[in-house]
Amino acid sequence: MTFALTAADQALLEGAHGPAAAMAMRIVAEAARLMGAASLVPVQSAHLDGCLYHGDSGVHFAERMIALGGKVAVPTTLNVGALDLRHPGRDRFDPETRAMARRLMAASEALGARATWTCAPYQAGHRPRLGAHVAWGESNAVAFVNSVLGARTNRLGDFLDLCCAVTGRAPCYGLHLDAERRARLVIDTSALSERLRALDAFYPVLGAFLGGEAGSTVAAITGLPADTDEDRLKALGAAAASTGAVGLFRAVGITPESPDLATALGGDEPERRIALTPEMLRAARDQLSTAAAGSDRIDAVAVGSPHFSVPEFRALARLTGNARYRVPVYACTSRASLDEIEREGLREPLEVAGLTIIVDTCVVVAPMLPAEAGVLMTNSGKFAFYAPANTGFATVYGSLADCVASAVAGKVTRDESAWT
Amino acid sequence: MKGRVLIEGSASGPLLRLTAPLSFWGGVDPKTGRISDPRHPEYDRSINGTVLAIPQPRGSSSSSAIMLELIARGLAPAALLLGEADAILALGIVVAREMGHPTLPALELPVAELERLPGGMITVEVDGTVAPAAAHKS
Repeated sequence: MTFALTAADQALLEGAHGPAAAMAMRIVAEAARLMGAASLVPVQSAHLDGCLYHGDSGVHFAERMIALGGKVAVPTTLNVGALDLRHPGRDRFDPETRAMARRLMAASEALGARATWTCAPYQAGHRPRLGAHVAWGESNAVAFVNSVLGARTNRLGDFLDLCCAVTGRAPCYGLHLDAERRARLVIDTSALSERLRALDAFYPVLGAFLGGEAGSTVAAITGLPADTDEDRLKALGAAAASTGAVGLFRAVGITPESPDLATALGGDEPERRIALTPEMLRAARDQLSTAAAGSDRIDAVAVGSPHFSVPEFRALARLTGNARYRVPVYACTSRASLDEIEREGLREPLEVAGLTIIVDTCVVVAPMLPAEAGVLMTNSGKFAFYAPANTGFATVYGSLADCVASAVAGKVTRDESAWT
Repeated sequence: MKGRVLIEGSASGPLLRLTAPLSFWGGVDPKTGRISDPRHPEYDRSINGTVLAIPQPRGSSSSSAIMLELIARGLAPAALLLGEADAILALGIVVAREMGHPTLPALELPVAELERLPGGMITVEVDGTVAPAAAHKS
């Protein structure tokens, strides 16, 4: 594959902008070569997923970048870290791990990125415009920025997102190109009941199904209600990026560039069409629960993966009313959303009900759930997928209303009538 | 058979062919090199030292960081055979090279060829040739 660097790219590579930019450019160019990109594309913004501590190697890389004088060249936001910096003392890290996690978060800020600490930067003021080329990490954020905002990024791994931010360039292949954004798979939801499609719990399940079927193939989804809101699309994309490698889906009639099916397909025939049946959907839903079927035990409830939005907090407050939770309930969110719900007066009544609000991180990436693993109920397809391996908790999946009802009852309480 | 060389190198090891997609983040424990997702069919198998065949990518973009950490701890596979080139796992190897760690070869091969590889010891050569190791087993 021939690969063309511009004179400006070449200058970066040769150190004209310092050794950090040169190292970043070597990595960007190598990624371009391995993915068969023909060139690099300038990017307008970046979202970095490298601030979560997975081991000392990532800290050493970020600190190497700083030692070489590295700075981001475009507006850049930060994904979650491993610590809730606003509410210290809630995690059970050993002191060494906590210190390294803090070092990585400090290094990420020192590179010039905004301390947003959220996996939903698109709900914390970072919303690229339609058609903008960007360099984003974090699989749910990639799915959202491509699908819901119509900006363009590939699924960038940790480190590559940082190198793109430092160079202001990304390998130009895949989802940066019109031809690769065309849907090749059609998933038709129109045979499902309207009642099911109106349910919030439908969207993560549809996403889990999509990821399992599509892998990294772009799918067009037909039959979704025209008023499907962005929190539902966020939940769909996050689940699809957990069970598969989905970087873009097209919700026909809803998301940008997809006013109708023919446009989403780029005028071509799809390679495959799937007419969703209630059975297929129930099978996808049941994958999200690993706890013993028939048991109504729950030990904790967690919501907010991706990070809870202000409208989601309003829904939680409405469903909770004056009730009290009988098990610990966690909502993970961004500082930006927490500040907003404080202004709206929602924080205090929710905390009185028994809610623990976590910012900057989440309960599936940091040890914050009760020390003794048990059963975790969630409305998040992403939590449902990652909690068993990351926390040791078994999962029960339900709608937000089911989660609240279960937290109040202290046992699993689900309304499954729409699924049959 | 011959794959497209993503990361050059030679290696040998026992084949571990994943029968379901795996996200390294949330799926491989970087402290042990074992598959840690209890739902995965190869749950609890160690990937350390294997020629790891991954027909389909999945999941988190943090898998680059898990790959780097596995390399830094000496717990990485001997080689990666990917059904689909992926800027996530191979990138962990690129960064490991920048940081001065030993690297491992990564190749892209059609899924049908990955399925045809016989079990047992496999060698990967610098030019991308993948073959069952000859008679001697170590």
